[in-house]
Amino acid sequence: MKVVAPRLSTGRVLALLGCILLVLAPHATRLPLWIAAVAAWSLGLRAVFAWRGWGLPKTWMLLILAASAAVGIWLSYGQLFGRDAAVALLILMLCLKLMELRAERDAYVLILLGYFLVITDFLYSQSIPTALYLLICVWFVTACLIAFQYRDRPPRPTAVLRQAGWMLAQAAPLMLVFFLLFPRVQGPLWGFPQAAYGAVSGLSDTMAPGSLSSLSLSDDVAFRVDFTTPPPTPARLYWRGPVMWDFDGRTWRAGDSAPLPLAEERPQTGQDVIRYVVTLEPHNLRWLFGADLPAQRPKDSLLTHDYQMFALRPVRQRMRYAMSSQLNYRIGLTESPRNIERALRLPQGFNPRSLEFARQLQQAHPDAKEIVRNALLLFREKPFFYTLVPPELGRDSVDEFLFTTRRGFCEHFASSFVFLMRAAGVPARIVTGYQGGVFNPIGAYLIVRQSEAHAWAEVWLDGEGWVRIDPTAAVSPQRIESGIAAAMPLGEPLPLMVRTDNALLRQLRFGLDAAANGWNQWVLGYTPERQLRIFERVGFGKANWQNLALALSAATALVLAVLSVLLLRKLRRPLRDPVQVLWDDFSRKLSRRGLPRRPGEGPVDYVRRVTAGQPTLAGDVAQIGALYTRLRYGASSGNARELAELRRRVRAFRP
Amino acid sequence: MNPELKPVLEAIGRIILGKDHQVRLTVACLLARGHLLIEDLPGVGKTTLSHALARALGLDFQRVQFTSDLLPADILGVSIFDREQSTFRFHPGPVFSQVVLADEVNRATPKAQSALLEAMEEHQVTIDGETRRLPEPFFVIATQNPSHQIGTFPLPESQLDRFLMRIRLGYPDAAAERALLAGSERRDLIEHLAPALDAARLAGLQQQVRKIHAAPALLDYVQALLAHTRRSPDFATGLSPRAGLSLLNAARAWAFLDGRTAVLPEDIQAVLPSVAGHRLHNAHGLSRFDTDDAARALLADVAIP
Repeated sequence: MKVVAPRLSTGRVLALLGCILLVLAPHATRLPLWIAAVAAWSLGLRAVFAWRGWGLPKTWMLLILAASAAVGIWLSYGQLFGRDAAVALLILMLCLKLMELRAERDAYVLILLGYFLVITDFLYSQSIPTALYLLICVWFVTACLIAFQYRDRPPRPTAVLRQAGWMLAQAAPLMLVFFLLFPRVQGPLWGFPQAAYGAVSGLSDTMAPGSLSSLSLSDDVAFRVDFTTPPPTPARLYWRGPVMWDFDGRTWRAGDSAPLPLAEERPQTGQDVIRYVVTLEPHNLRWLFGADLPAQRPKDSLLTHDYQMFALRPVRQRMRYAMSSQLNYRIGLTESPRNIERALRLPQGFNPRSLEFARQLQQAHPDAKEIVRNALLLFREKPFFYTLVPPELGRDSVDEFLFTTRRGFCEHFASSFVFLMRAAGVPARIVTGYQGGVFNPIGAYLIVRQSEAHAWAEVWLDGEGWVRIDPTAAVSPQRIESGIAAAMPLGEPLPLMVRTDNALLRQLRFGLDAAANGWNQWVLGYTPERQLRIFERVGFGKANWQNLALALSAATALVLAVLSVLLLRKLRRPLRDPVQVLWDDFSRKLSRRGLPRRPGEGPVDYVRRVTAGQPTLAGDVAQIGALYTRLRYGASSGNARELAELRRRVRAFRP
Repeated sequence: MNPELKPVLEAIGRIILGKDHQVRLTVACLLARGHLLIEDLPGVGKTTLSHALARALGLDFQRVQFTSDLLPADILGVSIFDREQSTFRFHPGPVFSQVVLADEVNRATPKAQSALLEAMEEHQVTIDGETRRLPEPFFVIATQNPSHQIGTFPLPESQLDRFLMRIRLGYPDAAAERALLAGSERRDLIEHLAPALDAARLAGLQQQVRKIHAAPALLDYVQALLAHTRRSPDFATGLSPRAGLSLLNAARAWAFLDGRTAVLPEDIQAVLPSVAGHRLHNAHGLSRFDTDDAARALLADVAIP
């Protein structure tokens, strides 16, 4: 027997198309143009088909289209699998499925595909806005699923949406149970390491004029720091990153650094030791950042002789490590001659004026400390300006900066200072990293953004070792004392998130960042270790796979039982007539005026009594009473217009 | 107020002074196709009310005085052999009338009572194996002396249930009584009363009463009232399903009299003492239970859902 499926109603098909559009929208920018165009075209075409009631394409046409879609994906991506290609394939197939959306069955397939596509978005972004957007998608798709369950006309969209919202709300406790207790696998929640290979802003192993100032325009978070000891003032925090040794006249390079001999690692205690936990955003390089000077390095890390910290592998996912630092330190008292020589090396044939100036310095001051002091004096006394938009520099960049333009960012100051030192015979190197940070009062942690990127110098003095000299501080002490926003003249293009002039904006910014941090720590950073730790802290004893499964089943059963009891109770409660609810509201308002309705008092009697007690209200009360009796007892019950009228009048009623 | 029935009520009101509520209940009872029991002392105007009602509605009227030696045939009629035609000819009794006043129904023997009550229930009588339909409309007004008087056969509960309403007339108030004393003979007034309706139009009105809307919310209320009488320890027995139907039909007629198309809780409340009063019995074994008060307490106790 051939069963003819009932035709799908236009309204529901359009609603489904709308949901799919909602789900596809975030993918649009990531897809090749032709796929995005095909998707948009399919949605539009299917909408027209539904609108006009036209027949859908034949199966053989769809088969050809499906084959060409697969070929197209192959040509665009060179493969059919892998994240991007698979998502694109899924989207194309969903669009083709639209063309055979004839019966309810097809609608359910599309709805399930919609749910699946929602998940794929997490492969690209796991931020709070993404999660919120996808929650809305799930809500709408669920509403669609509900709407298709009705044999006849479904209720109004708002009612369906409310029902879907309720269902999701009921699912929420179960979701929480699964999130907390489902045995976790090692790796990030949405383990797709590829995602981190893309371009990520951050410090690198080279430094040229302009590389840090462009970084300063980014308000991306570099890392966040939770202090376990009282936090020092931001001015004292120099977050040590790549150390640059080799200069080719324009660019500084980190080069290779030998590991620090274990014997020289001296975790120091006492004053000026700070302990903290860093949550580092992925930056695709191996550097780990710690305040000068790393005392106790995190597990699974290396320390080089110039105190750069390295992870064992590039940091491709958010990473949390605990460490401690010594704010007062002495290093490199016995530096090897090879390193001293490396710290004096200069490229030939560059910057003659600077070389000449350095030679004069060296002749005038035999003491290295005096050379340093006088060089800093140059920065302090001549009209140098700290700016994010320095002029372009030519071949002899140090000469031009020191004697002509005199406008620059920290990398200009650090670079020219180290050049001068080396030319004057003082061993020197550049340290890049971050300086300071903004303390978030809401989450009580320090935010260090890319805009806090900084470069400073270290000179080697006999008997003192490597000493930090920050030439930027000589020019713009505010940069160090109060952060970058204070140091920049008004009108410089600082990112919005770094500006501090608007108090409300600042509050909002801190709130958002605290939320993002919490999300990172507790949702995305909910690792197996964290799960086991929580599990053990709650007192389930040993947290092994079996115990987790047991706890999961028990919690699921408990949640389901509680939900069932609540829902059954709701079912048993008779449905309240909205008219009666409004009447009760009305009576409540009057009872505040000392005219409560008696339980056995009918509407006519009540209106009469109220009118006698409060003649000024007679008009309103009579209107409401008449509407109520008509809606509740008359033949016009269910009249939406009169119900709206009653609602309006009861709300406006001010006895 | 219903425009067709307004003149009827006014006409009766001119004869029965100061008893507007009872007059209204009487007309409502008739409209709901029920029968009426008037329980009161002699001389408060029971007969006058019945007579005036029949007259104002343009219906024919018969009065039967119930006595202890009344036989069923005195009510229903008898077949008498006609010698000329050699057949039995049926002589219809007073029950073949549109309005029948059964005066002092509790003075007759149960046998005579039940003859009337069966006729009331069936709207037909069967005599000598032949079934005869009673006229339409058929409305019985029975009067009953308070049953503590000597020499009475109180109607059993099952028979009381056949009456849609039971009302009491009571003494008139001072003004009404003064007007009664000063006015002319009631009987003369009834003679000169012009009918405001006729049987056909009355049947049409009865038809309309059936169509009065009873919303689900109102049925909820009726059910709540019935449930309360069945649950409450104050009553020996609760109201029967038939009592519930009677309540609703009486309330429909009351709403119709008021000129409305839907029943309100107030309509239920207005007719409830008359409809439920004779059907409720005290659980505490008191011989006389003031059921009007009980009905009022019932209305106060049951919240309108």
